Amino acid sequence: MEHETTLLVESLLVADRLAAEVIVKGLTQEISPIRIIENVIVPALEHIGKGWEDGSVALSQVYMGGRICEKMVDGLLPPGAPDRKGQPCMALCVLKDHHLLGKQIVYSLLRAAGFELSDYGNISVEEVVERVKKDQIKVLLISVLMLPSALKIKEVRSKILDMGLDVQIVVGGAPFRFDSKLWRAVGADAMCTTASGVVPVIEQIMEVSHGQ
Amino acid sequence: MGNRHMTSLERVLITLGHQEPDRVPLFLLLTMHGAKELGVSIESYFSQGEHVAEGQLKLLEKYGHDCIYNFYHAPLEVEAWGAEVIYCEDGPPNSGIPVIQNIQDIQTLEAPRIEACTCLEKVLTSARLLKETLQDQVPIIGVVMSPFSLPVMQLGFNRYIELIYESPHLFQRLMDINTRFCVDWANAQLDAGSTAICYFDPVSSSTIIPRELYLKTGFKVATNTIAQIKGPTATHLASGRGVSIVDDLSKTGTAIMGSSSLEDLSEVKAACRKKLTVLGDLNGIGMCGWTPEQAEDEVKKAIAAAGPGGGFILSDNHGEIPYQVPDEVLLAISRAVRRWGQYPLDWVPSP
Repeated sequence: MEHETTLLVESLLVADRLAAEVIVKGLTQEISPIRIIENVIVPALEHIGKGWEDGSVALSQVYMGGRICEKMVDGLLPPGAPDRKGQPCMALCVLKDHHLLGKQIVYSLLRAAGFELSDYGNISVEEVVERVKKDQIKVLLISVLMLPSALKIKEVRSKILDMGLDVQIVVGGAPFRFDSKLWRAVGADAMCTTASGVVPVIEQIMEVSHGQ
Repeated sequence: MGNRHMTSLERVLITLGHQEPDRVPLFLLLTMHGAKELGVSIESYFSQGEHVAEGQLKLLEKYGHDCIYNFYHAPLEVEAWGAEVIYCEDGPPNSGIPVIQNIQDIQTLEAPRIEACTCLEKVLTSARLLKETLQDQVPIIGVVMSPFSLPVMQLGFNRYIELIYESPHLFQRLMDINTRFCVDWANAQLDAGSTAICYFDPVSSSTIIPRELYLKTGFKVATNTIAQIKGPTATHLASGRGVSIVDDLSKTGTAIMGSSSLEDLSEVKAACRKKLTVLGDLNGIGMCGWTPEQAEDEVKKAIAAAGPGGGFILSDNHGEIPYQVPDEVLLAISRAVRRWGQYPLDWVPSP
């Protein structure tokens, strides 16, 4: 399905929703929704993510591509569909940072990959820790633009440890791109340079937890 | 250039002419550090033009760099449009809920008048005070958000991207309104004493939108806006990539391009040679953890990459040095540019 993936990438890069829908609709005659997602949509988003990483694709293209795919996947796998990936229990937030674009992109891309997750929005350290405990979150994704927000992750890690919770913290955003050591310094378990890079990180976390 | 003492303004003007002055000019684009100098909170510091003028003068004396940066923070402009500014203790303020809640409101949106905005008046006050003190010794840099980038705060980033792609008429109307505001705001700062205007335009960078889209949008907006600003301008992409649009940027009428540390500085310099002066590209986030020795190394690397031939101003890559950067690092940068930035740069190997 490389050809379809290539065509989908081309349509997503110019935010041509109709062309993208035609490609995906054509595939639904032949293969199951989950295979379309795994074999065409996710590879297309990964391709765009790699382009973002090497500078050949712009953020607006990543955002529009993710948004178009999220809506198509909602059509293929409605929320609550049995093939939706409900595990691990995940939440996504920004920490007192009013720059929400990165969070939106990650949310769209994970949903486009068939995952379900909670969107906590813009939240304080105290609030996020409480909600993580209450919702029994296993993976907390934190998107960051401003440096002070990145530094707040250290407080989140500390409070999660104090409460004895087993939570993986996955971070991403501009400060981590400009300082490759920062994610470890703030106590994160993983850092993603692209939104599509979150998918393999989640899958790896699932493999480890299943192996235990 | 002989041994005659050169003022900062002379140094900068010569480098803008793509010639070598006495040494590489240094722009420490410090905003919040002024609050540290005055021993007040960031919110208190930015509440009065007098504070910012005093803070900038103290920073100039302490670090001996080559500009005054009369920039408060990005949300200041949307405060003029009615948005809330949310301060924090250790970083630049955020803008609150976007002022344009429904994109259809753009149809009836009107730009605020500069003279009616107390938040903007503070900036004009500090510009006047700084000009009175410094006259033409040191360039005073005023700042505007470009009409093309302001909507990130007016609408929120995601809705703005959707507007660009999906609502061309509303997009154009917003650009028209924002351009009027931006031109008035830039010219008010020039009238108050600013020497030049930094045109912050991160959305135009190829990190944020592809070049094809930039040529249809941000490029046209910048060309139209910059032509109406009655003074020199520098375009800053705020850490975004720009090497692929250097030729386009030079056609907008700007004189300087802020360079990102994500790009190879020598490549940026080669692309800009004789067209644009390069401003950059010390990694502001990285600076937070540098030792003084690292700071010196980074200054040397930047000067070796972009210093020869003039047309280069050493600076950070974002246009706002993080509050967390220690004074000793800034002092080390200042010392290093004096040690390694003297022209001719005999220690730099020929390409």
